[in-house]
Amino acid sequence: MNENFIQINGISKHFGNVKAVDDVSFSIKEGEFFSLLGPSGCGKTTLLRLLAGFEYPTNGNLLIDGSDITALPPDKRPTNMVFQNYAIFPHINVEQNIKFGLRKLGLTDDEIKKRVDDVLALVKLEGYEERFSGQLSGGQRQRVALARALVRQPKVLLLDEPLGALDKKLRDEMQLELRTLQKEIGITFVFVTHDQQEAISMSDRVAVMSEGKIQQLSAPNELYKNPENIFVSDFIGETNFLKASTRSKDGDHINVAIEDLGDFKVKNNLNIPENSSDVVCSVRPESMMISRDKSDWDICLEAKINQTSYLGEMTRFYVEVSGINKVITVSSQHFDNQSFENNTCFISISLEDISLLQKK
Amino acid sequence: MNEKNNSLLVYTLIYFGFLYIPVLFLPIFSFNDANYMSFPLAGFTTDHYEEMWSKRNLHKALWASVKVGVVASVVSTAIALLAAKAFVRYKFRGQNVSYGAIMMPFLIPEIILAVSILIIWINLGFPLGLVPVTIGHILFCTPFAMLILIARIEGFDFSLEEASRDLGENAWGTFYRVSLPLYLPGIIAALLLSFIISFDEFILAFFLSGSDATLPMYMWNQMRFVKKLPHVLALGAVIIVFTTFIVLLAFWLRNVGQGKEKQDIAIKL
Amino acid sequence: MFQAWRNLYSKSDNAKAYSLLSPALFLIILVMLIPMALMLSFSSFTQVSMMEIDFTPTFQRYIDFFEKSLLVSLLIKSVKISFIVTLITLLTAYPVCYYIAFYVKKNKMLWLVLLTLPFWTSYLLRVFSWKIILGTKGVFNSTLLGAGIISEPLTFLMYSEEAVIITLTHAWAAFALLPLYVSLEKIDFSYIEAARDLGLSKFEVFWKVTFPLSLPGVIGAILIIFIPTVGDYVTPALIGGTEGRMLSNMIQAYFGKINNIPLGAASATIMLTTVILITAIVSYTTKRLTQRLS
Repeated sequence: MNENFIQINGISKHFGNVKAVDDVSFSIKEGEFFSLLGPSGCGKTTLLRLLAGFEYPTNGNLLIDGSDITALPPDKRPTNMVFQNYAIFPHINVEQNIKFGLRKLGLTDDEIKKRVDDVLALVKLEGYEERFSGQLSGGQRQRVALARALVRQPKVLLLDEPLGALDKKLRDEMQLELRTLQKEIGITFVFVTHDQQEAISMSDRVAVMSEGKIQQLSAPNELYKNPENIFVSDFIGETNFLKASTRSKDGDHINVAIEDLGDFKVKNNLNIPENSSDVVCSVRPESMMISRDKSDWDICLEAKINQTSYLGEMTRFYVEVSGINKVITVSSQHFDNQSFENNTCFISISLEDISLLQKK
Repeated sequence: MNEKNNSLLVYTLIYFGFLYIPVLFLPIFSFNDANYMSFPLAGFTTDHYEEMWSKRNLHKALWASVKVGVVASVVSTAIALLAAKAFVRYKFRGQNVSYGAIMMPFLIPEIILAVSILIIWINLGFPLGLVPVTIGHILFCTPFAMLILIARIEGFDFSLEEASRDLGENAWGTFYRVSLPLYLPGIIAALLLSFIISFDEFILAFFLSGSDATLPMYMWNQMRFVKKLPHVLALGAVIIVFTTFIVLLAFWLRNVGQGKEKQDIAIKL
Repeated sequence: MFQAWRNLYSKSDNAKAYSLLSPALFLIILVMLIPMALMLSFSSFTQVSMMEIDFTPTFQRYIDFFEKSLLVSLLIKSVKISFIVTLITLLTAYPVCYYIAFYVKKNKMLWLVLLTLPFWTSYLLRVFSWKIILGTKGVFNSTLLGAGIISEPLTFLMYSEEAVIITLTHAWAAFALLPLYVSLEKIDFSYIEAARDLGLSKFEVFWKVTFPLSLPGVIGAILIIFIPTVGDYVTPALIGGTEGRMLSNMIQAYFGKINNIPLGAASATIMLTTVILITAIVSYTTKRLTQRLS
């Protein structure tokens, strides 16, 4: 397996004064399901379009499978794209759409027929050959777009928020299907999305982008458990930030003073220096425990419930801890809004679940 | 407003009468068996139409108008297509100024366009004739063609062109396989309507055609002679029917695949 | 080599747009702006004889223009006629567009085609049809004579300012209808309902909501009628006679049988300048007027 199948070397893309992509370098592995995740305007789509060849970088170069594609036009690149709105040609039918990109590959009629039949079976669209774009549902259009790109057997498939236009239930189905499909055919997928849940559930690795830069590139569980900065911690899932300052180091741990709570020793994965006041502690709502009675966890605080929201599989509590002028979010699968008398409760935190992050 | 407004309806009908009835006198009198256009009608005849077959100058003028119209409509539609795409697709510096500049021939009194082309043409030492008329018509038709094409291309999904590039077609293949078939109804509408504008255009032809009369010039020359008027009427009636047919065809084409009524408007300002 | 490729492809939107626009801009510059500049320079020359022109720059042609009371009066008359035509066309066409935009529900398509069709039919023939109607032995006179209402043909119908005004109003109506209709059609009906909801009377709604919102169309119609009609040649030549003559007819004469190209060029320049000035004033005041209304 080629670890450096796609190489992005010092890529920048400026539109006038706007740095849409700002000196980004990383590699994507062969056969990987790779996601570019970030809020709108973070540069993820521009980066994808740079890979496709619809934009050309201001600086840097791009390599796929060892060859430099930086200056190649889109039609000369070993990539194909599934567009956000699918871009199904409205004047030709499904079969002609799928055949569209085969003309220049120099295939025989039999080979073309086989490829088309195979890909139709792959995306479960047999029997829809004669339909036109206007006669298809959103999900079917998405399958046509996928088939049209895959039939060319690209080295890399680029997907630009392909699930954004679908409703929730269909989207969940398609997530699973896309993931299975990718494992089946083994083509490298580069997937752009703003939906963190989508990125985390589908990808082998995720690059979180903001303001044209990669904020963190790692496996989904790492992103969640060990965010490298405040942006990632905030963007992936939900979290509570507590102001803090560091004291002395102790091996791979460090002593911190969390505002209004006292001094604690927490792990220091990011190697934050001693005596810094520019740090925060991040605690996920679901890593905390809410209870009626005091617990023997590392930190246990008495609190008052301000507001609850019932979410079905869990309930989210917005609590005010005595002595701290801050609302903390806690979620629980065991308790709901009926569980507490007088709205008093205890919330417990394990030091292991505290991530120490540096402010910018 | 679901209520009706009958007084406005009556007014509107009267207004449409004012618009359409005067033009109807041309076909009516073209079948009248008299040299004067007055009531009561003298009797039915098709003589004035038959007369057209024998007029060699008319045939020459018709051929001249067709030649000028075809060249002017093809060239102006090609120029307008590129310009329309620029305006719909891109936001760029100087957009409004460029748009205003290209629309200017549509607004400036035609006589000024005609006179200035006349001055430069004779000072370059070129002879008057169909060539300067055609050049003038290209200038005059381009803004019309551009308006029609902009109305058609607006809302066009440009990711279709990107998809084509992505699927291995180069710029020409993309134009031929994706853009052209999708723009085609608009392009044909623009061609037809620019042809009609050129075919009916009078002022530029009047100043620039020299002795090579176009059809409107031929009619103009005949209008001075009372005796020749009836066959001008017949010719006019034929032209009106022909124009109406072409324009309706263009409207129909322009609306193919476009359901929205707002897009039915030929001129957007 | 890659660098060269990259520069070629990484063209900004500006560059892409202007490469698409270049044929159109080239056309405008070559066939309109340069000839108009040349016309401007010719207005500073002197016609010495039939074939000979003195190229020494002079303002004399403009002085000639304003010293010839005929030319000045023709300019004033052209502007006056155009102004009246524009006003009549706007006032008469507005209710029609208003009706189609707000009241027509069924067969809207048919109404729209009816609205647009005259726009494309031959201008020359539209004008000519009025010659049939207003002529001494024309439709109007022969009908009145036949009905015994008059005993002599009404000769003032043709070859008068009024005849020119009626004909121009008819011939240019199509140009007013489209911009007016488009701007009225664009108005979101919920604005009007909101205004009614807030207690405005129908009349107030029209003046405070509908009319101001339709103003782009009104200005468009003014520009599209006023500017070309000032320079109209066909109508005064066919219908106007001596009484209804306009400046264009003189310009044509200077380029034709009088053969004084510099004076013709100066007259054309003065016409263009007048038109530009007046439209600038009209659109400015109309905009100010609306601001005061709303």
